[in-house]
Amino acid sequence: MSYVPVAQIPQSLDIGRTTSRKQGPPAAQRRYSWVDAFFRNLTRFFALLVFSLLAAIMVSLLIGSWPAIQATGIGFLFSSDWDPVKEKFGAVVPIYGTLMTSLIAMLIGVPVSFGIALFLTELAPGWLKRPLGTAVELLAAVPSIIYGMWGLFVFAPIFQTHVQPLMIDSLGRIPLLGALFEGPPLGIGMITAGLILSIMVIPFVTAVMRDVFEIVPSIDKESAYALGATTWEVVWHVVLPYTKIGVVGGIMLGLGRALGETMAVTFVIGNAHRLSTSLMAPGNSIASALANEFTEAVGDIYSSALIELGLVLFFITSIVLALSKLLLLRLSRLEGERS
Amino acid sequence: MAADHSSLYRARKRKNAVLLTVSGLMVVFGLFWLAWILFTLLWEGGTALIRISLFTQMTPPPGADGGLLNAIAGSLVMATVGTLIGTPVGILAGTYLAEYGGKSWLAEGTRFLNDVLLSAPSIVIGLFVYAVYVAQVGHFSGWAGSLALSLLVIPVVVRTTDDMLKLVPSSLREAAMALGCPMWKMIVLVTYRAAKAGILTGILLAVARISGETAPLLFTSLNNQFWSWNMNAPMANLPVVIFQFAMSPYADWQRLAWGGAALITFTVLLLNIAARVLFRKKD
Repeated sequence: MSYVPVAQIPQSLDIGRTTSRKQGPPAAQRRYSWVDAFFRNLTRFFALLVFSLLAAIMVSLLIGSWPAIQATGIGFLFSSDWDPVKEKFGAVVPIYGTLMTSLIAMLIGVPVSFGIALFLTELAPGWLKRPLGTAVELLAAVPSIIYGMWGLFVFAPIFQTHVQPLMIDSLGRIPLLGALFEGPPLGIGMITAGLILSIMVIPFVTAVMRDVFEIVPSIDKESAYALGATTWEVVWHVVLPYTKIGVVGGIMLGLGRALGETMAVTFVIGNAHRLSTSLMAPGNSIASALANEFTEAVGDIYSSALIELGLVLFFITSIVLALSKLLLLRLSRLEGERS
Repeated sequence: MAADHSSLYRARKRKNAVLLTVSGLMVVFGLFWLAWILFTLLWEGGTALIRISLFTQMTPPPGADGGLLNAIAGSLVMATVGTLIGTPVGILAGTYLAEYGGKSWLAEGTRFLNDVLLSAPSIVIGLFVYAVYVAQVGHFSGWAGSLALSLLVIPVVVRTTDDMLKLVPSSLREAAMALGCPMWKMIVLVTYRAAKAGILTGILLAVARISGETAPLLFTSLNNQFWSWNMNAPMANLPVVIFQFAMSPYADWQRLAWGGAALITFTVLLLNIAARVLFRKKD
């Protein structure tokens, strides 16, 4: 909603210009129009700068990873080798780790976020909404390195001694699915990283869900209540269908965050370039491989391969986040049409 | 009231009660982690935090006692410079979006890409600054760190400036214009003032975000064990020191890491709460 002048006074009308018309506009007005154009172009310049930043990042990463792209070609994406000595690089292990930990994070984080958003919009009394909402948002304010430290020193040992043996004994016995839960309880590993990520995405997903739940017209909800629906039925059959695009948008936003999370994952994933079916085993994610190896990488191809990993990560997250934004935009446009 | 006792009705009631209880438990679940993390920080970091040496001594070599003074100073310098670079860029770009751009391709496109950048992985921002700056000059430096942090500040400030300026009623703008005020003066003297609290909130949130960022600093400012004001050399900073010390096998270093972690977290939480209080006063 920018300012648009309602009407412009045509020069020919000659209002209030009788004295200065022959000499042109007064000096002050001329100076102002120069400043005006300058200010306008200044702001536009910076908007263009922000506009081109994303492309600039893509291009610079592409240039940085060119030596590796030339050396490994498309095989980079399908090989699980990672041998800096022989300069053989493949992205399968870190990509798998990134996707798997994010998947675990979503499986746990989304239902929890939905529950919290439901509680905040439909159940919480007015005085409780604000402090509770703020507290959940503070989960997002805690720096990710803190999640990592806490995860490694506090959560992982407890998880290792009390939870993982139970999971291996119960879930590990299920045919087929059991392979995911095999192996010794190490404390650190993909599942620990996924669990910590799930806590970290809660505030982002909850914030979007809460915002979209609030746009549901109360008349829709009241009609359902008047027909005798319970609160749950109103949420499930009225609120959720109305906001489903936005809810998916919120989930994508959380996914985008989880995919790129670095420090928390680096602490607890175990940093092993090894592909294993078990989630209990240590693995690696793109971001944690970068954090661990980049400053120590020797040789052009090695650093270049790491930059290529960064490019892959940036590409995936950008698509996921763009999709999220498009869905949320579509919801608000639909919303505009309805009202 | 026979219907009240039908099994279907009771089943629906029961399902409702169970699921709403679960929803309440989810809130408890979410807050449980927050409480646990804060408790850990107080427990492990509290003893380090109350020792004055944390703020007066340099980061020690392994096995020796010391503090985090150079890291705290480095973090403050880089966060300040990062904010000073990022804020004007963000405010001006946000001004274009709200005041001039309207629904033009540039404004809509910038909003879209800015939102993608807002959640983009911060480690990739570090990689970008490494590629365009560090690799070119050939060494890690405080400037590179500040630059990476400023790139994280920009999207936050652009977004809040745009949102907050849009909340300013058009009648204020029209009144200024009707008095013959040129557009730039109207924006600087009228709309900026009206949106001041909101924009400030955005800046505070951006500062809070960069204070704890580790990933983008790993490849840009790296770390420095000594006191240094030289922005052209590697610079110590809290997050990277915490990372290095926490991963080390030395008990002294780990204790310092907990102290630093507590310091950072409580600073960031305070900034967040300050931003909220500031903005609430405005409503």
